Amino acid sequence: MNAILILIPLFPLLGFLILGLGFRAIPKKWASVIGPGTVLLSFILSLVVFFNFHDFAASPTRFFFPWLHVGPLDIPFSFLIDPLSILMLLIVTGVGFIIHVYSIGYMKDDPGFNRFFAYMNLFVFSMLLLVLGANYPIMFIGWEGVGLCSYLLIGFWFRNHEYNNAAKKAFIMNRIGDLGFLLGMFLIFNIFNSLSFDHVFAQAKSISFGNPSIVAITLLLFVGAVGKSAQIPLYTWLPDAMAGPTPVSALIHAATMVTAGVYMVARSNILYVLSPATMAIMGMTGLATALFAASIAIFQNDIKKILAYSTISQLGYMFVGLSVGAFTGAMFHLTTHAFFKALLFLCAGSVIHALGGEQDIRSMGGLRKTMPKTFWTFLIATLTIAGIPPLSGFFSKDEVLVKAFEFGHLLWLLLAIGTLMTAFYMFRMLYLVFFRDFRGSDEQKHHLHEAPSVMRIPLVILALLAAFGGLINIPALLGGNEGLSKFLAPVFADSFSIMEHETPVSNGTGWLLMSVTFVGVVAMAVWAYFRYAKGKHGLEPDDTSRSFPVRMVSNKYYIDELYDYLFVKPVLRISRFLHEIVELRFIDRIVNGVGNLVVWTGSTVRFIQTGNVGFYMFIMILGIILILFLNILI
Amino acid sequence: MAPISSIPIQYYLVFCSVLFSIGVVGVLIKRNALVILMSIELMINSINLLLAAFSAYSNDPAGQIFVFFIMVVAAAEVAIGLAIVVLIYRTTHSIDINVLNKLKW
Amino acid sequence: MLTVILILFPLVFLLILLSIRQEKIVRQFALAASLIEFGVAVAAFIQFKTSCHCNLLFTADWLATLGVSLKFGMDGISLLMVMLTTFLIPVIILASFSHAYPKPRAFYGLVLLMEMALVGVFTAFDGLMFYIFWELALIPAYFICAVWGGNDRIRITFKFFLYTFVGSLFMLVALIYLYFRTPLPHSFDLHWLYAATLTPGEQSWIFVAFFLAFAIKIPIFPFHTWQPDTYAAAPATGSMLLAGMMLKMGIYGMIRWMVPVCHNAVQEYAPYVIALAVTGIIYASVIAIRQGDMKRLVAYSSIAHVGLIAAGVFSLTAIAMQGAIIQMISHGINIVGLFMVIDIIEKRTGTRTISELGGIAHKAPRLAIMFMIILLGSIALPLTNGFIGEFLLLLGLFEYSAVFAAIAGLTIIFSAVYMLWMYQRTMYGPPNVITENIPDLTWPEMAAFIPLVVMIFWIGLFPGLFLDVALPDVMQTLNFIR
Repeated sequence: MNAILILIPLFPLLGFLILGLGFRAIPKKWASVIGPGTVLLSFILSLVVFFNFHDFAASPTRFFFPWLHVGPLDIPFSFLIDPLSILMLLIVTGVGFIIHVYSIGYMKDDPGFNRFFAYMNLFVFSMLLLVLGANYPIMFIGWEGVGLCSYLLIGFWFRNHEYNNAAKKAFIMNRIGDLGFLLGMFLIFNIFNSLSFDHVFAQAKSISFGNPSIVAITLLLFVGAVGKSAQIPLYTWLPDAMAGPTPVSALIHAATMVTAGVYMVARSNILYVLSPATMAIMGMTGLATALFAASIAIFQNDIKKILAYSTISQLGYMFVGLSVGAFTGAMFHLTTHAFFKALLFLCAGSVIHALGGEQDIRSMGGLRKTMPKTFWTFLIATLTIAGIPPLSGFFSKDEVLVKAFEFGHLLWLLLAIGTLMTAFYMFRMLYLVFFRDFRGSDEQKHHLHEAPSVMRIPLVILALLAAFGGLINIPALLGGNEGLSKFLAPVFADSFSIMEHETPVSNGTGWLLMSVTFVGVVAMAVWAYFRYAKGKHGLEPDDTSRSFPVRMVSNKYYIDELYDYLFVKPVLRISRFLHEIVELRFIDRIVNGVGNLVVWTGSTVRFIQTGNVGFYMFIMILGIILILFLNILI
Repeated sequence: MAPISSIPIQYYLVFCSVLFSIGVVGVLIKRNALVILMSIELMINSINLLLAAFSAYSNDPAGQIFVFFIMVVAAAEVAIGLAIVVLIYRTTHSIDINVLNKLKW
Repeated sequence: MLTVILILFPLVFLLILLSIRQEKIVRQFALAASLIEFGVAVAAFIQFKTSCHCNLLFTADWLATLGVSLKFGMDGISLLMVMLTTFLIPVIILASFSHAYPKPRAFYGLVLLMEMALVGVFTAFDGLMFYIFWELALIPAYFICAVWGGNDRIRITFKFFLYTFVGSLFMLVALIYLYFRTPLPHSFDLHWLYAATLTPGEQSWIFVAFFLAFAIKIPIFPFHTWQPDTYAAAPATGSMLLAGMMLKMGIYGMIRWMVPVCHNAVQEYAPYVIALAVTGIIYASVIAIRQGDMKRLVAYSSIAHVGLIAAGVFSLTAIAMQGAIIQMISHGINIVGLFMVIDIIEKRTGTRTISELGGIAHKAPRLAIMFMIILLGSIALPLTNGFIGEFLLLLGLFEYSAVFAAIAGLTIIFSAVYMLWMYQRTMYGPPNVITENIPDLTWPEMAAFIPLVVMIFWIGLFPGLFLDVALPDVMQTLNFIR
């Protein structure tokens, strides 16, 4: 079994090496087999692991080789196979494979075809390490690795400096989070003397509730999650990251990498449960992000940016879910989100592909007729994310909402408002892209085409998953068997016993909550229909004389500008000050000053050398007498 | 008692000191290189005399051996010194040491 | 015996090299010589046993009455440094092949002399020997920079020479003072110097004297101002020798001499030194962000990196000390790689000003890949060598003080900022007139890169080999503290 396990990440790595080393020599045809093929092999092996899951129950940690060993520090290269990692494994390889296949079509004419698949394979490899690692450092390898791949893929078209800046921004913001993660690891090692999940979590059980060290650890780790999962205040890289090719956005910036933070918190659930302060901060961050990003999404006009803000907002939901102890709910939402958001991005990719790179939804419209398959899949995805039953998004979002209600009614209300906003911007996009008449140029209109089958089939598969993915965890209220909850239960068992439990909502309240959000969502869909499919709204150019609040929101609250003003510019100014003033005028002057002092002394004292022999002799005799005197005195 | 011992050692000391001081003053105030050389000889000889005296008084021949050494060295020194003076005279037509002030700063 | 062979081989080869008539084969000969030397070092590595502390020891009397002996040996730490030196010299020589340096006999002779001096520094178990080789290393470094360097090289190299030389003199004074404090009969032997009895006051000033010598060489903020100028003015080979190996002498000296000899003072002053080093990390990183010259940028980044190493050494924890040793190796490899990239770019475009470059990745993908890998190593991405070093260093520093570790940890953010900025502005973007026709790496150039890349991943993936070699000696060094 160990051999199978190590092969899961090795296949994509192999793919990366083959494609990376022979990037010019290998024909595209081979690359389009190797790239997705390695991920498919991993997916098959993941399924094998999934079906033989019981073999791992006894010894979930599998050791491969000692990696870093210094005195008390012992970090083996080992994997942890438990329900949580198996779930992620299936998502990463499964969705990853589908997106790889889609990419064959999407990147067909790109000269960097092989390079693209090399990076994608490297990404899958890193993500698998992140998911499988049995200790924090191995997780961190993947954690930084996916950040690197994200950097490489956002800046994939590297002729364009704007794309490169977006890539760099993503990497640096991730690194800010990574520093938090690193420091969190250090503190864990200080407290627990180990970094392995099994040791740390076993010891954590006996630690008192609200222990300050645990609070510090969880906060630091959460900083890492904030960076990786694009939460306030480190979210601004994700919208910019849309500069990458659309399959990248689907895989990295929607389905997998950005959910790494959620996975990490779920993995460390016991630590978080012990730290109510962190949970509160996490909940507030998640809630604020969910609402904030959703409000920005309403006013965006770039099809991918809307989806990016939507992703940020949905990640906020997941963090709220985690913070109220709905670990299963958060993971469930992560799963369904991987399906429907990947689908949305791939649909957007088809649209962009068909329009020759156009991303502004104001220049689209009426694509329902020319791209029916894309339209239908996009519609399914929209309904899913909006939370229309019985599609998967409904169940997962509902689970988070119900838990939030148990926790506090206000929290539920705010999240429900967020849900309504989500529905509104999604339907706005749907109507603007697929309804009314085509608003682009004639050339684009002439060129409109449905995506090729290699791109269409992944859409259909993902649409099926998005639609029926909810079946894995239908709540008991609706007569479901809560399959996912039961599957994941062992992972969260310890936390579950520690957690304070709110009284669960009664069945009646449960039905009421569901129907309230459902009605609200439908209302939003109808409102958006009349506003955007029938009316003339949503087609305004960017900055016409709108009222200040609207301008503020449509400019993303000027957060980028604020960061630029608060951090980027001051650092550059300080840099200049340090170099020109402190370094050159101060430190270096002191150093040179010492040298100059010696030179100056020499050039002054040399005038004693008069050349007068008599004078020399006089001094000499004076010296002798002085020495004699000193001899007498001492 | 050897005849030399009949004179107290203090006499030698005073005499040699005076002789030495004359040499020092000569070196300091004279500008003629030859006279300076002779003053140096005076100083050396005053020391030689003192060495010989001490040697006699302490019955140790080492002091007198030293005198011979010093005389040899002094002879060599004078030979080189005079040679330099002669060369200086040939180029500058003067043996005034105040003319020799080119090597400065 | 192997130790002496390691020291003498470069000298023998140097003499043969000077007698070669044909200038064309001089560099081939130098390469072969350095490879043989590396082979000897590998043999020593194989022979080496971590359990025994009498490894590869060679002793002969020199000035027996003064207690100065020719005592050379290798413990784990020395061995790793010797391996680093002998590994990098052939790479550096190979990288210099595309330059037609005038007077190749003198040039490669100096490189071999440098190798001998470095091996001597790392293997000397006698205080005076250490000092002699320490200063000997400065001579070839000075001439390589002053004769084959760039603009304004005379003034800059003179400053470099005097600055580091003055620092070394303090060390000499300290060593002689220590000598008189050793048990009778006085000796410069390493273990006698360790046994010297010192009052707290004496420890303090010996600490200061040692610290000045090492801090200037490393360099630690604020003694670093010679370094960016020197790197910029030196020829590529000179920069590689200086940054790759010579500054390791300072850190090695700290571990070998300073920590054991004045252990009380080291403990007492550690917070201040760490504070200086951490200040230097942030200071140099921030300055690096705005550097327009690639070499200067790398020079400032180097100050930040070695600042972290120094901070780790002074945190006096086993983990950080191990990290320091691994990071010395990693830094040597990475910075040589970076200077190689810069050299290749400069050779082909005639400039290393970042704003004049761009789009090189289009025309030279192999160069771009190599640059990327080395860059990842130097910004400490996991699975590269830089990560192992920085992880251990920061973890050890965290054990000492969480606040210092948090501040020093900012380096992982800053290094990403300036390195990626440099990469993006030179490699990415549209090609311009200067970079339009830049040729990709030739195979000899690839041959110089490949060993570095292999080592980057080797240390990143399997650091155990290197860590285990040094561990017993690191523990022994730390025993002086307890």
